[in-house]
Amino acid sequence: MTSVSDTHAMGWSKDEPAKVRVPWRQRLQPANLLWLFLAGILAVLIIAPMWTLVVSSFTDAKTGGWTLQNYVEAYGKERHITALTNTLKMGACVVILKLMFGVPLAWACTRTDMPGRNFVRYSVFGAFIMPPYLAGVGWILLAGPNTGWINKIWHAVSGSTEPLVNIFSFGGLVLVTAIGGFFLVFVLVSSAFEMINSEMEDAANILGAGPFKTAMKVTFPLVMPAIIGAALLSFLGAIALYGVPALISIPARYPVVVIQLTEFFSFPLRIEVAAAYSIPLLLITAALLGLQKLILRRKGYVSVSGKGGERRIVKLGRWRWVLFAYCMIVVSLAVIMPLFVLLLAAFSESWTTGFSLSNLTLSNFHYVLFEHSSSQRALMGSIGLGIAAATVAITLALFIAYIVQRKLLPFSSVLAFLAVSPYVVPGIVLAIGFYAAYALPPIALYGTYMIMALAFITRFLPIAFTTSSAGVRSIHPEMEEAVRILGGGRTTALRHVVGPLLKRTLAGGWLLIFVPAAQELSTAIFLVGPTTRVVSVVLLDLSEEGELEKLAALGSVLLIIIVAVVALGMKYLGRDFMLRRS
Amino acid sequence: MDGLVLKNLGRRFGAVDAVKDFDLHIKPGEFVSLLGPSGCGKTTTLRMIAGFIDPTSGSIELDGKVLSAPSGSVPPEKRGMSMIFQSYAIWPNMTVAQNVAFGLNLRKLPSDEVKKRVGAVLETVRMSHLADRYPAELSGGQQQRVALARAVVIRPAVLLLDEPLSNLDANLREEMRFEIKRMHDEFKITSVYVTHDQGEAMVTSDRIAVMNNGRLEQIDSPYALYSRPKTRFVASFIGRTNFLSGNCGNHMIDFSGFSVPLGMLGEEVTGGGPITVSIRPQAMKLSATEAGRDKAINLEGSVKQSSFLGETWDYVFQSREGGLQFRVAAPPADVFQVGAPAWLQIDPKQIVPIAD
Repeated sequence: MTSVSDTHAMGWSKDEPAKVRVPWRQRLQPANLLWLFLAGILAVLIIAPMWTLVVSSFTDAKTGGWTLQNYVEAYGKERHITALTNTLKMGACVVILKLMFGVPLAWACTRTDMPGRNFVRYSVFGAFIMPPYLAGVGWILLAGPNTGWINKIWHAVSGSTEPLVNIFSFGGLVLVTAIGGFFLVFVLVSSAFEMINSEMEDAANILGAGPFKTAMKVTFPLVMPAIIGAALLSFLGAIALYGVPALISIPARYPVVVIQLTEFFSFPLRIEVAAAYSIPLLLITAALLGLQKLILRRKGYVSVSGKGGERRIVKLGRWRWVLFAYCMIVVSLAVIMPLFVLLLAAFSESWTTGFSLSNLTLSNFHYVLFEHSSSQRALMGSIGLGIAAATVAITLALFIAYIVQRKLLPFSSVLAFLAVSPYVVPGIVLAIGFYAAYALPPIALYGTYMIMALAFITRFLPIAFTTSSAGVRSIHPEMEEAVRILGGGRTTALRHVVGPLLKRTLAGGWLLIFVPAAQELSTAIFLVGPTTRVVSVVLLDLSEEGELEKLAALGSVLLIIIVAVVALGMKYLGRDFMLRRS
Repeated sequence: MDGLVLKNLGRRFGAVDAVKDFDLHIKPGEFVSLLGPSGCGKTTTLRMIAGFIDPTSGSIELDGKVLSAPSGSVPPEKRGMSMIFQSYAIWPNMTVAQNVAFGLNLRKLPSDEVKKRVGAVLETVRMSHLADRYPAELSGGQQQRVALARAVVIRPAVLLLDEPLSNLDANLREEMRFEIKRMHDEFKITSVYVTHDQGEAMVTSDRIAVMNNGRLEQIDSPYALYSRPKTRFVASFIGRTNFLSGNCGNHMIDFSGFSVPLGMLGEEVTGGGPITVSIRPQAMKLSATEAGRDKAINLEGSVKQSSFLGETWDYVFQSREGGLQFRVAAPPADVFQVGAPAWLQIDPKQIVPIAD
């Protein structure tokens, strides 16, 4: 040690450790504060509403004391129990139908030489963009017992006065719920089919298995975890969906849980009972997702999560037309037919009189855009909430994902766990939790956009986190270390390297949140106030008023806005950004 | 002390010592390799030098200034070093020129100076014509050159290289070894190079530090390391060798079948008892007759196996007395049939006693 200009060098000796520039405690303290800050945000978004939900289900509304009375009231009536069993039955039937729709289409589009594969793919994608309640309205227009177009044609052709099909039935409820969500089965199962390396099938072939045996023994078992996962998610989606039951199950006299929940929320308001009644939904969801994890872990199909190899296309011969016909039936039921009648109704004076030139009008659009004040406000509100929820959720998720992936803070896995935990909370249950926690004094957020924004951020935080996390993981840590060793700090690395590299991923994630957030109904239904209605809620109001033409017009405007945003995203991000698994 | 000094350096991960009691002094301008099998702690050591990992014991000093100690460390961005990463870590959102200029811009150099130095260094790595390309448009070797240029252009106090050639194919790797050597000769930057490839280490380094299980086994010049390994691990990790066990007396070492006077060895050996020596295949010569070479040890026996490696023959010789087996390297012209009688001459100067 010859140079003594540096004080640190002078202080160094063998038994006395050196004092260096950044003491240990100083470095750790801001980190702790940051952790507490993020944990605080997540507590507001997730822990407090869920905790309040559970606590209030055991709270006496009058005395504030501990009670089981809410559970007695929630499950004491036979009608309430029936709604619960009905929901489970409906969920099971929806799953079967969704699999029947989704799995063959996924196979046809990924592994066969069926004609029109891209058309089918885009149509399924259309089913994602169209909110379930709009598909529901389309089907009411098509298959309402008296005025539905299918029945009218049937009456004209057969002379019968009985309806051919009735959408206000158990079957109708199942069909409409299934077409509103089978795209998820399609996406999950197609990506599993795409991951299978043809060499695995070749290995079965070379050992003497024919094409049929190979499909049964190798191909389908390999996509089975994806099918099971899709089935579970479909079930959860079906039992928590609000819009379709609201349109169909009441006239069909088929009570389900979500409708019963709204009853507890109407006058007299019984939040505590609603909380108690929503606990099973929460438990079922958590249990099924746990089950899915267990199944996937035990089977350990590494190949499906592995790198996709070269895929061979199955040559179907003339069977490809049979498969094509089936696919066309599915996409007609799911997208083409309801969308067609919806658009037609939007341009009609009266949808009951059928199609004629004199019936065409733009007055419905004029009404919803310029006359009906709550429609205008709702459009602004939905778009605004979509933008706010997507932006905040992505920003927050990016922050947490970066910290978790780079292991910057101790116990960062707690943050990760919290960020994905809203996944097990159905939207309508989340809304009850937010209502119980924040709607009433002293916080009194009821009737503000704030409470909806918070709930939407929470609802979409899991998507935001998985997207950001995958994005951060794809950036090699050495990319940032290279900045640091050359003299840049962490912020420099974030600004010049991580940010630019994540731009596309984040924009894709933003759109993945914006689209459903702008249409969100389940979470909004209990949180909207008189002046803060969103499009989805106004659409339901219009349906109750019987203003189906105006409803169709407003729904079309919403669809056009969303399609425009998605088209912009495809232009900027490449057309597969939404079909990628998140 | 000038240069980079690692004192008693250690790093624990849980209950495992990734690096332990590591002492190393790298002189200014010296090129030192850390060589060892995967998991030996060489990358951990390098990352401690860079400041990405803090040591749990000991310290790292540069020119007398403490950079790392268990009580706290200077962050990587304040060390004035640069590093070439295994993944290259070329930023895909910047052009070649922007990548190279990045470190200079951080140092707030005037833009014409930045331009001049970027141009000069790209010239040196023969990448000038690709300055405006994006990394995705470059081959692996070209990306490697950009990484090299980006690292040396800031004239770092220490250049760290983390297995920079392991992602390249064999021919390119050979070429880049000399490229790195050439850059070092030109800029004389103190360099620490981590690799598991002894060929890379030998071509590039002034000295090689062989590591095993988190400890330093031996540090020496490539020639000394090869010709005079000190431990069994070093002898077997660098090149191939023959191990022989013997018994050391006062004047002679006795092996089964022959003995060597202590005075004939290349180094002083004291003490008695069991001893292990290493004899390189190149330290011996096979001949058909008992050649009376002076001071050489002559063993009679026969050829057991032969394989032709192109540049040499690889024979296995078994002595008649004692039944010892030796791997012997021979020039392509020395052809022996398997089973043929032969004589083995061993140069006693190249018999190296090693620690087990």
